Amino acid sequence: MTATENPPTKYKYIGTRPIRHDGYDKVTGKARFAADKDLPGQLRGSFLRSPHAHARIVSIDTSAALIMAGVKAIVTGADFPTLDVKNPSHDIAVNLMARDVVYYNGHAVACVAATTKPEADAAAAAIVVEYELLPAILTIDESLAEGAPLVNDNNMTKFVESDGPSNLATVTELGRGDVDEAFAAADLVIEREFDTADVHQGYIEPHACIVDVGLDGRADIWASSQGHFKVRALTAATLGWDTARIKVTPAEIGGGFGGKTTIYLEPVAARLSEISGRPVKIVMSRDEVLRATGPAPSSKSRVKIGATNDGELTVMEASLAYGVGPFGDMAGLVGAMSIASYKMPNLKLHSVGALTNTPKTAAYRAPSAPHAAFAVESVIDDVAQALDMDPIDLRLKNAAVEGDLTAMGMPHPKIGFIECLEAMADSDHYKSPVPEGAARGLGTGFWFNIGEQSSATVNLNEDGTATVITGSPDIGGSRASMALMAAETLGIDVYKITPVVADTESVGFTDVTEGSRATFATGMAVVHACRELIEELKTRAAKMMEVEVDTVSWVDGAAVSDGKDPVSLAAITAKAKRTGGPLTATGSLTAAGAGPSFAVHCCDLAVDEETGQVTILRYTAVQDAGTAIHPSYVEGQMQGGSVQGIGWALNEEYIFDTDGALENASFLDYRVPVASDLPMIETIIVEVPNPSHPYGVRGVGETGIVPPMATIANAIQRATGTRMTSLPMSPPKILAALNEA
Amino acid sequence: MPRTHVSCTVNGDEVDFLASDDTSLLDALRDELGLIGAKEGCGTGDCGACSILVDGRVNCACLMFAPEAEGHDLLTVEGMATGEHLHPLQQTFLEGAALQCGICTPGFLVAAKALLDENPEPTETEIRYALAGNLCRCTGYDKIVRSVQEAAVQLKGAAK
Repeated sequence: MTATENPPTKYKYIGTRPIRHDGYDKVTGKARFAADKDLPGQLRGSFLRSPHAHARIVSIDTSAALIMAGVKAIVTGADFPTLDVKNPSHDIAVNLMARDVVYYNGHAVACVAATTKPEADAAAAAIVVEYELLPAILTIDESLAEGAPLVNDNNMTKFVESDGPSNLATVTELGRGDVDEAFAAADLVIEREFDTADVHQGYIEPHACIVDVGLDGRADIWASSQGHFKVRALTAATLGWDTARIKVTPAEIGGGFGGKTTIYLEPVAARLSEISGRPVKIVMSRDEVLRATGPAPSSKSRVKIGATNDGELTVMEASLAYGVGPFGDMAGLVGAMSIASYKMPNLKLHSVGALTNTPKTAAYRAPSAPHAAFAVESVIDDVAQALDMDPIDLRLKNAAVEGDLTAMGMPHPKIGFIECLEAMADSDHYKSPVPEGAARGLGTGFWFNIGEQSSATVNLNEDGTATVITGSPDIGGSRASMALMAAETLGIDVYKITPVVADTESVGFTDVTEGSRATFATGMAVVHACRELIEELKTRAAKMMEVEVDTVSWVDGAAVSDGKDPVSLAAITAKAKRTGGPLTATGSLTAAGAGPSFAVHCCDLAVDEETGQVTILRYTAVQDAGTAIHPSYVEGQMQGGSVQGIGWALNEEYIFDTDGALENASFLDYRVPVASDLPMIETIIVEVPNPSHPYGVRGVGETGIVPPMATIANAIQRATGTRMTSLPMSPPKILAALNEA
Repeated sequence: MPRTHVSCTVNGDEVDFLASDDTSLLDALRDELGLIGAKEGCGTGDCGACSILVDGRVNCACLMFAPEAEGHDLLTVEGMATGEHLHPLQQTFLEGAALQCGICTPGFLVAAKALLDENPEPTETEIRYALAGNLCRCTGYDKIVRSVQEAAVQLKGAAK
């Protein structure tokens, strides 16, 4: 196997670009994703979904459907346990299958299992539901209006005292200093309002699963998700089952971006399987994915920033509102936490989540941060222009460094914001003149990243090869990263290592692949297991060399002791039987010290003032990876995040009709960027190692989507003189703004 | 529903299967022939994850009815490698890290093969337009386009 050439680093394997271990199956069509498994005797599931945004279910009559050809089972809300509203899985359970109320158009009302999909579809359509319509709240403004009808009677506002249900999911107030005094003292104050539409993660693989419940009550689940232990936990919680009854095998996952950190299907398929005695396979259509699975929230925000004439950003006041769908959600809190990272001595933030009768929102890459960064980085660019400062210089003057406070009031750990700004300033792109007829915009962003729990088992084979087993679904090349870290630690070639993502019965508990945590936290568990193995290998080698173990050290894949020939890992595994048995170790941990990752993006674009069409001419993303374990997949995360952000900026939006039905529930009408929309996405990886990780990893998945919206808006502003404050900046909106100006 | 007997060539092999008139060719390939490489991302011809070649031209298998395959020569991603040798596109996709999750990869490989069969020296713009019917949400297309460019160079070298 060959790989791209790479400059030398202080590591032997880390920083190289081996062909990913799972790649061959993926280029030959052999890889099995969620919909690629079938079982003998399987039934196919089909949902009936609400045509109303908010309604009481008066009755459901399944009698005609039940006697149709091929139909084996039908479930409705009555077939699932009712969880207490305080149960953390309550909302998930209600979203899986409506009980007495439907909360959005697309909410599941019933599901049929039949011998074929067409039969299941026909029977689902034959179920008769009587609804009593309730007032539907579709926008943030409607939700927050005085006296607004309730979206969800069960919602109690978090983080504040409240005496009854409300449309507020969360209320968050953060701040420091004295903003009133600081605004009064500022030389320059700029204030603007912004709004953004719901957008979808847009993974190409629709949600799917196949579930087989045996007569012993044990469920075998095959599904793609960002965390199969969470699929197990939520399935158990929503069905009231013991976790031990459920095994979840992770299929290859066809994209997630946060949207597959929750469940929509598995408990439904499990109940249908239980009732019918047959395996049940459910595969969502694209229409269902868009109507009934997690978009990212919409938002409305107001940002006011004050600065001195020499470019010190002294004060910011911001209010953020996120339209979170019909259930309680943390978007408002997270948005406030991740709003910006400037020294900003005076800060006042007010952030809420507002309930709406639109699909239940889900995490999407750096959840909540892109909305906030769009607003803040747009205003900062206006400050730079008002002060006639270079946008990088203004940010360099104010960028947070280690010890500066986050919005939450905690000191930043070691971060690489300054280094990213300097790398952009030094880039070929930024140093090149802006092309004729184009304009250049710059924006920044960051994401905290998270640690959480991970497990890994490393087994050394008889011939000195190894298997690295983790519980982190691989959504972007993490298996290759696990193998690289194991290779580096053990000192054996990366291709002698087989990285495996194991089912819930074959590896220790591992949290969801989210928050850019897999390479950081699960990688840490792999390194811990490898280090434990090295201690054991040294003990075994000491026996073989007949020396004291404390004279043995581990160097480049071999045990070394003065005056003795080195004993290789393969020589030790070959003698394992006589020196103490199989060589295996497990690392299990709650990873502390996740390192924030900063990014700076730059874009050259042209605006067609006749049509409002924006053409991206050049795009560069700079990001701090801490350490790039596999640089190709770090670049891939940066490029993918950038392009999702470009789609969010220019094209993508949920369009609801006045009754709350999604009007663009297809990839034709919900238009994600295609190859011909884009130039190459240039990348510059900055490496400011995270001191909390054995190899300095920060995690890179989230941050790339944070800067693009402001980066593009800032370029459009410089191209046209018009500040776009509403996403997406689609041709009709740009034309309207230009005509207004 | 009555089923139609369909005979066609798939990846060089003569095959036959039964399919209802309203069964998509994609479902027939996956469910009747076990060829799961082509994926259903949308079912409406918008994402290209089910791209196959029909007599050398790219088609969305989800937009064809299975009986329409009668007498035609089909190629899926499973037919791209020759024995133990990957097609140069498969090799450059691996080396160039042109896949992340991999769900769109079979469709891109098939569409890119159709392009290079027709136009061995495409410009970057021609590659981008030829692949505009295939959605990838992970990569931002950069590494896909570069891998197609590299495969074109290799194929040209091999042809000399």
